Amino acid sequence: MTATTTAARDHARSQAGQHDGPMPVVPASAWPNPPAGVDADALVWAETVPGGRYTSKVLARGTRLRLTDLDGRGCAHLMLWRADAPWERLNIADTVKVPWQAYLGVDHPLLDDQGRVLATIVADTSGRHDALCGTTTAVGNTARYGDGSVHSDSPAGRELLTLAALKHGLGPRDVAPTVSFFHGVRADEDGTLVPTGNAGPGASVELLLHLPLIVAVANTAHPLDESPTFDTTTIELLAWRAPADLAALAARAAEIGPEYDRAHRNTEDVHAAALPTEGNLA
Amino acid sequence: MTATTAPAPLVPGTVILDETVAPRGPWSAIVAAGDVLTIVDLYGNQAVDTLFYGAADTTIRYSAQATITAQRSLFLTTGSVIRDQEGNPMMTIVADEVGNHDTIGGACSQESNTLRYGHHTRHQHACVENFLAEGAKYGLGKRDLVGNVNFFMNVPVDPDGTLGIVDGLSAPGRRLALRAEIDTLVLVSNCPQINNPCNGFDPTAVQMIVTRPEA
Repeated sequence: MTATTTAARDHARSQAGQHDGPMPVVPASAWPNPPAGVDADALVWAETVPGGRYTSKVLARGTRLRLTDLDGRGCAHLMLWRADAPWERLNIADTVKVPWQAYLGVDHPLLDDQGRVLATIVADTSGRHDALCGTTTAVGNTARYGDGSVHSDSPAGRELLTLAALKHGLGPRDVAPTVSFFHGVRADEDGTLVPTGNAGPGASVELLLHLPLIVAVANTAHPLDESPTFDTTTIELLAWRAPADLAALAARAAEIGPEYDRAHRNTEDVHAAALPTEGNLA
Repeated sequence: MTATTAPAPLVPGTVILDETVAPRGPWSAIVAAGDVLTIVDLYGNQAVDTLFYGAADTTIRYSAQATITAQRSLFLTTGSVIRDQEGNPMMTIVADEVGNHDTIGGACSQESNTLRYGHHTRHQHACVENFLAEGAKYGLGKRDLVGNVNFFMNVPVDPDGTLGIVDGLSAPGRRLALRAEIDTLVLVSNCPQINNPCNGFDPTAVQMIVTRPEA
């Protein structure tokens, strides 16, 4: 069936068009069920990512990204870099320190290291997220599950995010501390870290992007996951153009908080300064 | 405010380095595996922002997240292991006269100061400036900076997640000691922050003493 070049070509081409298992839908506008109120043509990313895998995409300012834990055992580890200046990236310390809040929820800014807000959490039906523990390591997953390499059945988040970074011309040193969604952690008064697990099937969280970003997502068990086996389930990523949402958020910046307001002003400032002075300002 | 007289190492050994870090300034040294670094909070409540890199391979670097996840606690004290991004040990805290050091507050920067205190603080010197300038001596750059330890800084987390830098638990002359598990580049910013209590609103000098166990 594949003994000749033409037969091999026919064989390869006959495989396309399948829709089984986690996969991207390209173009995203072909996604069968867009979110309520979202025009299919506004979709720019539609993909399901199985447990133990990763994905990445460059998204524009004003994009709204929804992550959904379809079956209740997903864990989305997120890293963000500015697409136009990738040395500027998610900064976890500032993300918790500046808003005076360790736990992620609606209106929490994901701040970078230059006093700017890369994205804001704008919706959340999960409430089980974590900015403290970061992602898993090959050493940790090997101790836990017997292997943490990318080609294993229990890939570590850092291994996956490093691959995502490499595909954008970045490398291991660009994989800074990360946040994770769909597996909560709380700190006791004495600092002890306590896992609070997931919120069940169908929980989602939505981010609104303030600047063009490289978005990397690894779907792999949280480092404090209490299951003895690696059984991370599929997550869904949908992103769409939402400039009106960005404008609505801008109008609320001061109401969210004084630190948020100044981060927002810094972000608008750097965005406006780099716009062309003539021609298409859109 | 008075400094303790003749700051001494916290563990026995031969002193092979004994240096004062000026208020607001950077410092760095390579601590060889087995040697012990004592940090002395000479005047009390002085945040010592600290990063760790493999001396032979600076792609090995401190990870706050790997460190706190491994010990399942936010705070550092005696017995805490400073871990790299892969979870491997870099240094171990072998003695501590304070009992609680911060892992989540990170470093101050000119840029984050504008968020925290207003744009009038934009031109105040900050820890990230120290890290960049001192790190460049070793070929490190902005992409190599990650969340750091803040020795002598107190950052509680309330039950609702509210966190903040509050009055310190340290006092003049309090010390902690770190034993290197690998040859470790220790990169320090003696925090210049004047807008919160991390330095008692008055940045002061600290002492760095490296000792080698006697054979």
